[in-house]
Amino acid sequence: MPAGVFSGSSMTTEVNALGQRSAESHEITPGLEAFLRAATGSDARVTSATRLAGGASRDSWAVDVEMGAPEGPSTLELVLRRDLGGKIRPDALERVEEFAVLEAAHDAGVMAPRPFWVCADPSYLERPFFLMQRVEGEAVGRRLVRDDAFAAAREVLPRQMGEQLARIHSVDYRAAGLGFLEAPPAGVSPAVHVLGQLTERLDEIAEPHPALELGITYLAQDPPPCDQICLVHGDFRVGNLQVGPEGLRAVIDWEFAHLGDPSEDVAWPCLRDWRFGNDSAHVGGMGDRAEYYAAYSEVSGREVDPAAVAWWEMEGNLAWAIGCLQQARRHTSGEEPSVELASLGRRACEMELELLDLIGRAEAQATAGPQA
Amino acid sequence: MQDRPTAAELLDATRDFVQGEVAAAVEERRLRFRALIAANLLAIVEREEALGHGQLAAEQVRLMELLGHRRPTDPVPRSEQLGAEVAALSAELCRRIRSGEFDTPGRFEPALAHCRSTVEEKLAIANPKYLAKFGSNGAAEAEPGGGGGGGGAS
Repeated sequence: MPAGVFSGSSMTTEVNALGQRSAESHEITPGLEAFLRAATGSDARVTSATRLAGGASRDSWAVDVEMGAPEGPSTLELVLRRDLGGKIRPDALERVEEFAVLEAAHDAGVMAPRPFWVCADPSYLERPFFLMQRVEGEAVGRRLVRDDAFAAAREVLPRQMGEQLARIHSVDYRAAGLGFLEAPPAGVSPAVHVLGQLTERLDEIAEPHPALELGITYLAQDPPPCDQICLVHGDFRVGNLQVGPEGLRAVIDWEFAHLGDPSEDVAWPCLRDWRFGNDSAHVGGMGDRAEYYAAYSEVSGREVDPAAVAWWEMEGNLAWAIGCLQQARRHTSGEEPSVELASLGRRACEMELELLDLIGRAEAQATAGPQA
Repeated sequence: MQDRPTAAELLDATRDFVQGEVAAAVEERRLRFRALIAANLLAIVEREEALGHGQLAAEQVRLMELLGHRRPTDPVPRSEQLGAEVAALSAELCRRIRSGEFDTPGRFEPALAHCRSTVEEKLAIANPKYLAKFGSNGAAEAEPGGGGGGGGAS
């Protein structure tokens, strides 16, 4: 293990005239090269390192690596994801855990970026990190839903999304060593477990939100059972999909993966907020539930239960409303000052309205009877 | 008393500047995005200045009725005091919802109606376009083929 690879000052970055951080590639290059040489025994050089995103809790870099002798010259285009301390949410996976999920998914034939290396040793880049294949594409929801360049992709994406979720849910999580993932206690359904977690999160926020209290009360009446928990992605939606003009290229952002009810994953991408303005197309603003459900059941061998999905869609809006309030608190507490995080606090009411809407419609149907 | 521009006029001037001049001049995509968010937050504050106090008064009346307290007959107090009173009433509603008091149909419906009014008030300040689209008087139609089947009230 190389000693003295960098000094403590390597963690600082310069701030330019506009107050932006400049992505100094030498921040990570020496440490990364040292790691790659130790890990592969070959003469690796980092030819490019650009910060993609950074916050208080983690950062991502696009890195190009030339692997030298003895493997021969070859270039790898990778993404490096690193923990920085702190968490965007308490249930977010650490980098080492996320890597394990990525490996399991990739091995099971899910369109996940190919995982390369993971490093828990803080002596290289001061924090654990992993490297995975960099997949070029567009992930921004608004563009994918609107731009002509993605018209062909929109035709196929709902089916592709159904297929990928079915593959994720069929991963043998025990065989893949993912037993460490958060799971409901024995004898407790995922729905009941998650409702308990949401109640705790709402209590921590310690502000009155009667709409959310009503949501919890309503959902607690009839939580769906789950006959078999499985690996769930936890944030599968347009926004976390890398897409090209031809269609899906990669499922990314696995840090909220856990063990739970597959219907939770099936419902999440259908939430109104993930339709990016094209509200009549329920699946990511691109397609109908019918084709998405059909693709899911073709690959998984299981029918989608619309009643369970309806419950998890309400839960999803409730969870995302709470998530918005929590993200705003990361700003107001000083943990991560950010206009974006602050603004999320004023978006929770959009999800509250959707939750109340869904409840109102479900109640009206229940009153009207099954023939309505 | 303060000189003009009024607080509302200052907010409007700042929002206009950030949105019209600063955001337009920024080349870096993510920074421009954050500048537009900042302009939107100023618009939210403008609307809150205009609408906030009236909304609090309406919310107080609804909460008093829902919780079975005597309706206030005194003149509406200043915003800070009214805000604290509404927060306390809302917290009481939350505790009572949690305790199961509103679980029966006769109680659930009025609680749902109150919550909906409150959420729509929040949206009138935070995102009036969203409210116009999805609110009770909104343009969005009832969606067929939703998660649990078609029909139902929109």
